[in-house]
Amino acid sequence: MNRTKKNRLNDSLFKYFGILNTLLGLIMLAVFIFIILQTGLSRLSWDFITSLPSRFPEKAGIYTALIGTFWMLALTIIFSVTLGVSAGIYLEEYARKGFFSRMLEINISNLVGVPSVIYGILGLALFNRYLGLGGSLLAGSFTLSLLIIPVIIVTTRESLKAVPRTIKEAAYALGATRWQAISRQLLPAASGSIVTGIILALARAIGEAAPLIVVGALVYVPFIPNSPLDDYTLLPIQIFNWTSRPQPEFQVNASAGIIVLLFLTFVLNGISIYLRNKWQKKVKW
Amino acid sequence: MKQMSLNIKNFAFPVLIVALLASCGEPRKAGEKEGSISIDGSSTVYPVTEAVAEEYTAAYPRVRVTVGESGTGGGFKKFSRGEIDINDASRAIKQSEIDQCTANNISFVELLIAYDGMAIVVNPANDWASDITVAELKKLWEPAAQGVVTRWNQVRSDWPDRPIQLYGAGTASGTFDYFTEAIMGEAKQCRGDYTASEDDNVLVQGVASDEGALGFFGLAYFENNKDKLKLLAVDDEDPSNGEGAILPTLETVKNKTYTPLSRPLFIYVNSKAAEKEVVQDFVTFYLDNTSMLASEVGYIPLADNETAEVKAKWSTFISTLQPVK
Repeated sequence: MNRTKKNRLNDSLFKYFGILNTLLGLIMLAVFIFIILQTGLSRLSWDFITSLPSRFPEKAGIYTALIGTFWMLALTIIFSVTLGVSAGIYLEEYARKGFFSRMLEINISNLVGVPSVIYGILGLALFNRYLGLGGSLLAGSFTLSLLIIPVIIVTTRESLKAVPRTIKEAAYALGATRWQAISRQLLPAASGSIVTGIILALARAIGEAAPLIVVGALVYVPFIPNSPLDDYTLLPIQIFNWTSRPQPEFQVNASAGIIVLLFLTFVLNGISIYLRNKWQKKVKW
Repeated sequence: MKQMSLNIKNFAFPVLIVALLASCGEPRKAGEKEGSISIDGSSTVYPVTEAVAEEYTAAYPRVRVTVGESGTGGGFKKFSRGEIDINDASRAIKQSEIDQCTANNISFVELLIAYDGMAIVVNPANDWASDITVAELKKLWEPAAQGVVTRWNQVRSDWPDRPIQLYGAGTASGTFDYFTEAIMGEAKQCRGDYTASEDDNVLVQGVASDEGALGFFGLAYFENNKDKLKLLAVDDEDPSNGEGAILPTLETVKNKTYTPLSRPLFIYVNSKAAEKEVVQDFVTFYLDNTSMLASEVGYIPLADNETAEVKAKWSTFISTLQPVK
C-alpha cells in the first residue's frame, strides 16, 4: 500500500517535471519569436525583400542575400543528397560488415558532432585554394554539403534499416537483383524518413554563417549570382553584419531578416512533414 | 505497391526558382564601365567601403564591387596571395604581412581614408569620474593588474572604494590590438579578467547596465547610445598635443589632440589591380567621396590638407604604373 502510494507520487512528480521542462522550452521559443516579431515585423515589406544592401538602414534590403541563400540551398541539395544517400545505401546494403565498416560507422557518427567552422577551414584549404574555386557559391555549397552529408548518411541507413527484412527477401525470392530490390522496394519505402532527415539537415545548413565566412561568403554583394562560380552573400551573414552595426535602425533590419530566415525554416519543415505523410500513406504491402 | 524512382523531381522546384530569379539581370548599355573589384578586410572599415561601393554601383551599375569582412588580418592573408584587389585595414600593415606580399611578388599602395576615435565610457550613474589619464588606463588594463586592480580607488585615490567592472573588445579584433598598442605600448598586452566581446553592441549593453563599469569601443557606438553611456575625457599628459583631458569629438580626433586613442583607417590597393581602369576609377572615386561618406557612417574624416596629400600620393602612384590598355 505504502509502496503503491510512493510509486504513484513518483509517477505524478515525473509528469509535472516533464510538463515544466516542455513549457520552459516552448516559453523561451515564444518569447524569442515575440521579441523578433515585435521589433522586425513593421520593417518587413516587399521593398525590404527586393532592395540591395545599403548604408541607409531604411533603404537596405535582403535581395542579394535571399537569392544567395536560395542558390546555396539548391546547390547543397544536389551535392549532399547525391553523395549522402548513395553512401548511405552502399554502407547499409552493399558493404561487408566487418572491422572496417564498423570503424567507418563510428567516424561518420563522430563527424556529425564536429564544429561547423572546422568544415569551413577544410573547405578553404580544399575547395577555395587547392581546387581553385575561390570564394564562389560552388566552394560554399561543397563545404555545406560536407557539413550535412554525415547526417544524411546516418538518416539514410536508419531509414533503410527500418524497412522490414521480409520485403527485401521477398524481392530476392522473385529474382530481383540487389539494385532492383533497393530501387523499387527499399528506397520508396524509406524515402519518407530519408527526405525528412535531408530537410532537417538543410534547415540547419541555411542558418550557418561561421563556415561560410571562412570559405569566402562576402557581405556587400550588390548583384545576384548568375552562375555557381559567382561571389555571393547569405541571409545569416547579412543579419550578423547588421547586428554588429552601431545604428539601432540596423538592429531592426536584423530582426526583419531573422523573420524571413525563420519563415524559410518553417517552410522547409512544413515540406518535410508533407512529404513524409504523403509517402507513408502510399507505401502499402 | 506503386513504383517510385528516387524523387529528383521534388528537388527541381527550388532549382527552377533560382534559375528564374537569376535570369532577370539588368539590360546592358553600350560604352558603360564594366568589370569587377573585390574588396575584403576590416569590419571596422567595412561601413565606409560599403558606402563608397553603394554610391559607385549606383553610378556604374555594370561594375561588380564586392566587399567582405574577414578582418584586417584575414584580409591581408588574401591580399598577399593576390586573391583580392583592395584590403580594408584598421591598422597599418605589419612587417610579416609585407614579407608575405614580397614573397608572392605583390606590391601595393597604402591610402589613409579616415580616423576612428576610441571611446572610454562609464555608466551614466557614475558621478565620480569624468576624465582619466593614459597612465591610469595602463595601470588598470596592464597584465599585472589582473586580479589586483579591482576597485575604483586603486586607479585614482579620490575615487570611491567600490568594485570596477571592465568591458572591452575581444582579443581577435583590431580594436583590441589598437587599444593595447596605444595604452600599453605593445599590442595584445592586456589583463584577461574583463568582459570581452567582438560585438561592440554587447559592450554597450554591459556598460549601460552596470554602475561600476568602464569600457572601451568605437566612438560611433557611443554616438548612437549617448543616453545610456557617459564619455570620459582622456589625458595623455603631453601638453604639446593639447593641454589636459580631452573628450573625443569630430574636432579633437581630426586635429589629433585626442591622442593616443584615435586610429587611422586605411585601404591597401594591389598594384596589379590598380593597372585595371575600373579599379583606378573606383579608388579615385573613393578618395573623392570618403570625407563625406566616412562621417555619414560614424567615422571622422581627414583634414583637408591630409585628403590632398593622400590624393597626391595616389596620382603619383598610378603615374608610375604601366600604361593602361
